[in-house]
Amino acid sequence: MPPRTCALCNDARAILKRPKTGQQICKDCFFWVFETEVHNTIVEAGLFKPGDRVAIGASGGKDSTVLAHVMKTLNDRYDYGLELFLLSIDEGITGYRDDSLETVKRNQQQYDMPLKILSYDEIFGWTMDAIVSQVGKKNNCTFCGVFRRQALDRGAASLHVDHIVTGHNADDIAETVLMNIMRGDIARLGRCTMICTQGEDTIKRSKPFKYAYEKEIVMYAYFKKLDYFSTECIYSPDAYRGHARAFLKDLEAARPSAIIDIIHSGEAFEVREEVKATQKSQQTCKRCGYMSSNDLCKACTLLEGLERGMAQAAITDRARKRLDAEGPAPDNLRTIPFFQNSTTPGTSTPVALETPS
Amino acid sequence: MGSQSIPTVSVKVEFGGGLELLFANQRTHRVALLARLPSPASGTAGPSNDGQSDVAVAAAAAGRPADVAYLIHWLRDNLLTERPELFVEGETVRPGILVLVNDTDWELEGEGDYVLKEGDEIVFISTLHGG
Repeated sequence: MPPRTCALCNDARAILKRPKTGQQICKDCFFWVFETEVHNTIVEAGLFKPGDRVAIGASGGKDSTVLAHVMKTLNDRYDYGLELFLLSIDEGITGYRDDSLETVKRNQQQYDMPLKILSYDEIFGWTMDAIVSQVGKKNNCTFCGVFRRQALDRGAASLHVDHIVTGHNADDIAETVLMNIMRGDIARLGRCTMICTQGEDTIKRSKPFKYAYEKEIVMYAYFKKLDYFSTECIYSPDAYRGHARAFLKDLEAARPSAIIDIIHSGEAFEVREEVKATQKSQQTCKRCGYMSSNDLCKACTLLEGLERGMAQAAITDRARKRLDAEGPAPDNLRTIPFFQNSTTPGTSTPVALETPS
Repeated sequence: MGSQSIPTVSVKVEFGGGLELLFANQRTHRVALLARLPSPASGTAGPSNDGQSDVAVAAAAAGRPADVAYLIHWLRDNLLTERPELFVEGETVRPGILVLVNDTDWELEGEGDYVLKEGDEIVFISTLHGG
């Protein structure tokens, strides 16, 4: 087969077929269009303003490693004026997260960004290893997901940042759209395609890779020779998401635009007013101050179940009733430190960061 | 066509993105395949004489030249150590695995129909692991 030339520069040899457009492009044009599209996503959504302090949620995996690289590149190229941080959560999974955190520590040096690592153990008093030894492998992803979200917000508050960016890509969002449709979760369906979300008093969160295909992220990391960690979590991935993912990959193989099409479908859903009215409004958790749609936030409910040896409590309604029947939470129950958002400008106190090793 | 030595094609195979875990946690392999697949199937010859355990010569059905589709089958049958369903699905790699031929997306090279040449580098990267 003769070498093809790049559809954009008509000069260099093409090395990649873009899943989004079917175009065949060369390496330099690929880097340029990938970065420019992320820049356009950021500008069109008005994600940042000069002087913003932005934390990059960094796991050491491909998405967040590419995100850190691209955020640094764009901040320099377009003069965003952002102060960038790496924020990592240590879930306490021996042989998995401890290794990936080593990758993040190398990224700290490679990208010259301050790094903050916060552990489940220090916030919740439980590592994932300890949680799995109590609840088993079946529902542990629920704990990990709920705890990670809150841990990121708490880490961001301690860094006094305005904004957290995460490496969620187009494939992740399309998967989530499918899962929310299959579960009939209208509230989440509406939220999951938003590029930027912000609760009442929490820090803004956004997804600059919302329209970036996983294939291109992996190709970008490969051609830029970025240092990332790729091992499956030892506590087996969320089975439900796994099915949605396999289904999506099959769709993509048949029609590459399927991913972006599903995101557009998710965005186009409109929830009727009378349905919206039945949705719970956001309040703050009576125990820890974090945003919640009930008296107790999900993390506090899960933690109470763990502490009282009834860890299934927040997962099934029946178990929650059994927990309530046992009486109120004991006074000496371990709880999460009260959440305070401290992004007031000018009041930043020094934060303990990781020392570059 | 010499009768004393069967023509082979040697390629470098690299696994990334977690796929190496299915191949004894080794990222790079050198593989020698028969350049043209003999018909009928005539079994597998022993390893070549340079002492590397992962170098082997294989045979399969049909008289077609060794291509990437054949390499995928060969890797599954000869190098893969666990969970074949995470590498192959049907006649090709599982959706979500990226393949590069000499640092070019295999979608530009005819995918499984690409005929292997001496010294080619074939890279398989899984995109299926957490980010």
